Amino acid sequence: MPYKYLADIAVADVAFEASGATLEELFIAAADATMNVMVAELSTIQRLEEVRFAVEHPELEFLLFNFLNELIFFKDARRLLLRVESVTIATHPTLLTLEAIARGEPLDPARHAQLVDVKAVTLHHFRVEQNEGGWQATVILDI
Amino acid sequence: MVIPAAIIKISPTVWELPPSYKAGMRVPARIFASEKLLREMDAGVFEQVSNVACLPGIVDYAFCMPDGHWGYGFPIGGTAAMDPETGVISPGGIGFDINCGMRLVLTTLTYDEVKPRLHELVDRLFYRIPAGVGCHGFVKISHEEFCRVLEQGSRWCLNNGYAWQEDLEMTEEGGCFAGADASVVSQRAIDRGYNQIGTLGSGNHYLEIQVAKPENIFDLGTARAFGITVPDQVVVMFHCGSRGFGHQVATDYLQTFLGVMERKYGIRVKDRELACAPFRSPEGQAYFAAMKCAVNMAFANRQVILHRIREVFAEIFLRSPEELGMRMVYDVAHNTAKLEQHTVNGKKRELLVHRKGATRAFGPGMAGLPGCYQETGQPVIIGGSMETGSYLLAGLASGNQSFYTTAHGSGRTMSRHQAKKQFRGEKLQRDMEARGIYVKSDSWGGLAEEAGPAYKNIDEVVAATELAGLSKRVVRLVPIGNVKG
Repeated sequence: MPYKYLADIAVADVAFEASGATLEELFIAAADATMNVMVAELSTIQRLEEVRFAVEHPELEFLLFNFLNELIFFKDARRLLLRVESVTIATHPTLLTLEAIARGEPLDPARHAQLVDVKAVTLHHFRVEQNEGGWQATVILDI
Repeated sequence: MVIPAAIIKISPTVWELPPSYKAGMRVPARIFASEKLLREMDAGVFEQVSNVACLPGIVDYAFCMPDGHWGYGFPIGGTAAMDPETGVISPGGIGFDINCGMRLVLTTLTYDEVKPRLHELVDRLFYRIPAGVGCHGFVKISHEEFCRVLEQGSRWCLNNGYAWQEDLEMTEEGGCFAGADASVVSQRAIDRGYNQIGTLGSGNHYLEIQVAKPENIFDLGTARAFGITVPDQVVVMFHCGSRGFGHQVATDYLQTFLGVMERKYGIRVKDRELACAPFRSPEGQAYFAAMKCAVNMAFANRQVILHRIREVFAEIFLRSPEELGMRMVYDVAHNTAKLEQHTVNGKKRELLVHRKGATRAFGPGMAGLPGCYQETGQPVIIGGSMETGSYLLAGLASGNQSFYTTAHGSGRTMSRHQAKKQFRGEKLQRDMEARGIYVKSDSWGGLAEEAGPAYKNIDEVVAATELAGLSKRVVRLVPIGNVKG
């Protein structure tokens, strides 16, 4: 699993560290980490419905922040549980843009073992860093 | 041991970090806690409450309540009053779950009457009041109608058959913060929340059936005034907020403020989660009006849930909610900012009071309290863990030392991660049932995270508020049934 939950950072909430060889892999890992806070087994999410969305921001950290917020938005607005399948990030002179394709289905309490709802992505300790192996992000979610 | 060496003991329950503790502190920071609770606080409390003390326009002190713990920007339990003319408004002083709050409802039923029907009652409440991840409610309305909810709060519920007139009087600010303006909330916030009215949510949100045992009544006269009049009387307490709508408002304006704070207003803060804008700025006023929409959405949410609770009780006990005496004791908000009149250094002035994971606790005789509570002070509803118990308190005149603010709950002490490792939801449910508490949840993992030992001792928290003079104990309520969000 390209993400792990951190026990001691957020007593009342959930912190995770995600990683990827590329930025795109990192974003997909962070998406799964966010979804896995709410649903115990990601494999129970059937890829029935396709959702495409785009976000942009001049800063990489906020690009990830906005991207994760999209998943939380779909969870509330349409009760959709999503697995992100592809992420395309483009660098422009003053802007980073991201296009994502995700698939999933509406939450069904009979089939999806629920954990806890995510209220928001916070900026506390929020970090995206490049390291020897690729990219790493630390995120705290408000529960 | 994380207590800073600079801390000064003002009294057995008041501790102060002086402005010399950190560069930029404009006022001292005060923490209300017993020495034991203070020692148990995480380092984040000291770091964050002293950051709050650096905010422009802060008056008197930055406070933290006895249930305080690390939060985002402000600590949970953080309270700060700003001069509206020179000060800032910060979403970090209010929280993502705007107007997360508590409501307490009476019944005339006793434990003996409810016990034989407890499983049926809890099960039916569980099925009729949506809870869990991203849950949608039973009130189906258009976006336009939702905007009316945002501007009217509980009044919308009254006009649409979800409230009794007296419910509004028993809700802080009458269930509606005046000045809410739906035109300053994003379409995204509306899309995210318009179908969530009447939902509990998840995490530490719950609905509990509780009993007021005679041996747990601390103040008989005030308990009577609050409607606790029968031995082993059954009451209903629940905790929830503004759901995805409020979370989106907070997220939207956090970003708005980060964009203008330094560039336009030259304000630098110690933590991005303390992003803020001058209260009188266009951005500050827009957030204030949007925040009020979320406050009103939360009042409406709790009101619609109360309507459902009354329906379920009527179905199970075959008497009308009126016959069952299902009157509200009160509804208190935890996460808000409000313009209030307070006396500072002998002078009365208007202040913008931020309360985050903290409860307003007006003392006797104060404007804003319904007539029936003028002598007693405001009812304060403090939720404990689902295993231990909760409290009904009353506000005191001596609450003026904290802008009439007290604790809001017991406060987590164990991480969710650790709780899930230490407890198993299924076993916890069986163990609790053996102790007379029937709990129902859609989430075993979520249940384990809310285990009693994950929280501070509620008795110690409440005792500290009483010793500090912030609020006094009236009744301790023990749980017998719980619907966990």
